[in-house]
Amino acid sequence: MANALKTDAGESAKTERLAGRSQQIFFLPEEEENFLYPEAAEVDFEKKATFDAAEMNAREINRKIRALMAEGAGSIRMENPGAKHSVAVGILNRLKLEIAGSLGYFGCGLSDGPVITVTGRVGWSCAENMMSGVVVVEKNAGSTFGAAIRGGDLVCRGDVGGRTGICMKGGTVIVGGRAGAFSAFMMQRGRMVILGDAGINLGDSMYDGTIYVGGKIASLGVDAVPADMTETDIGWLSAKLALYGMEAPNGLENLTKIVAGKQLWNYDSLEPSEKKLVL
Amino acid sequence: MAEKDAGQHIGYRYDVNLVPDPAKMTPFLKRYIALMGWNDLNWLEDVHMGFEEGKPAVFDRNINGWVTVPENIKLPEDQQSRDMIARELLVKFQMSRRHPLVDLKKAHGKLQT
Repeated sequence: MANALKTDAGESAKTERLAGRSQQIFFLPEEEENFLYPEAAEVDFEKKATFDAAEMNAREINRKIRALMAEGAGSIRMENPGAKHSVAVGILNRLKLEIAGSLGYFGCGLSDGPVITVTGRVGWSCAENMMSGVVVVEKNAGSTFGAAIRGGDLVCRGDVGGRTGICMKGGTVIVGGRAGAFSAFMMQRGRMVILGDAGINLGDSMYDGTIYVGGKIASLGVDAVPADMTETDIGWLSAKLALYGMEAPNGLENLTKIVAGKQLWNYDSLEPSEKKLVL
Repeated sequence: MAEKDAGQHIGYRYDVNLVPDPAKMTPFLKRYIALMGWNDLNWLEDVHMGFEEGKPAVFDRNINGWVTVPENIKLPEDQQSRDMIARELLVKFQMSRRHPLVDLKKAHGKLQT
């Protein structure tokens, strides 16, 4: 009974092994060459559209973007966003979107595919949970920039707030200026490039992933340790920064590389017993 | 004894920090990137060929599970080339109407685009 749990239904369930739970889904070699999700709108980058968001609320703006995509517009310009919250979210489509102005909280979140440019600033949690695509912010960004992103490139040419890339699980976050405290907190995968200075507790409790810093690091967090730059790092950084016309202030070879010390990789063997005591 | 004291370690099934070699990109991936309007592999940088049940497999984040590569698909030896095959297979799978998310969305989707 040591490994058994009582469920709500009163059935006992043995502790499950982590391996051997595959659903054994197989790729089909004859799968068609589809590049877009089945329900994605077919858009043309050459078909342009512009709309004024000054008198619209967030829901109306997001519906407007979808309506334009449904009409085939692949290059959309939004004017007067007015720093509204939750704008340009949930776009699961190829699209070029230019936001002429600033956004509030949670802008460009949950996106999967679009290339978005914000000419102004963004508030908290810009591009949170982004799956793929590109978001470029021309000025500064608030805290939790790129929270939990899983893929794609997220770029801020200015400074960003605290907890940038918190819990990121993939993708690339690039900061042209300074980054606040606890950046890359609980980072699990992906790459973060900070060309300016980094605040206190950089990479605290990071599980994996890589951080590159061009300026000074106020302090490292728990289990964040320096590592040696490699030719592969420099090659990748050179290509990636060139995409956005950015450069390391003192050269790529002088960036400081931070990785996980991997001291948090082991589960405590006493943890199950501790949980029993608590529960 | 040391492992008992330290607890359990669940390892990765590939080198998660391996950055891709663009020279190994397949024609399919080049067309995909061009269509999306990106300039590099974008999210596919984080996709690698791992294994499941002893067979080559790719992790699909959209179903939170491993998708196995059939034995009749010949895979190259080097990891960079294997990763490119993994990326191509994953894109085809995710964009397919046979992908589990299609049925899931029909059954549980709340928002209509």
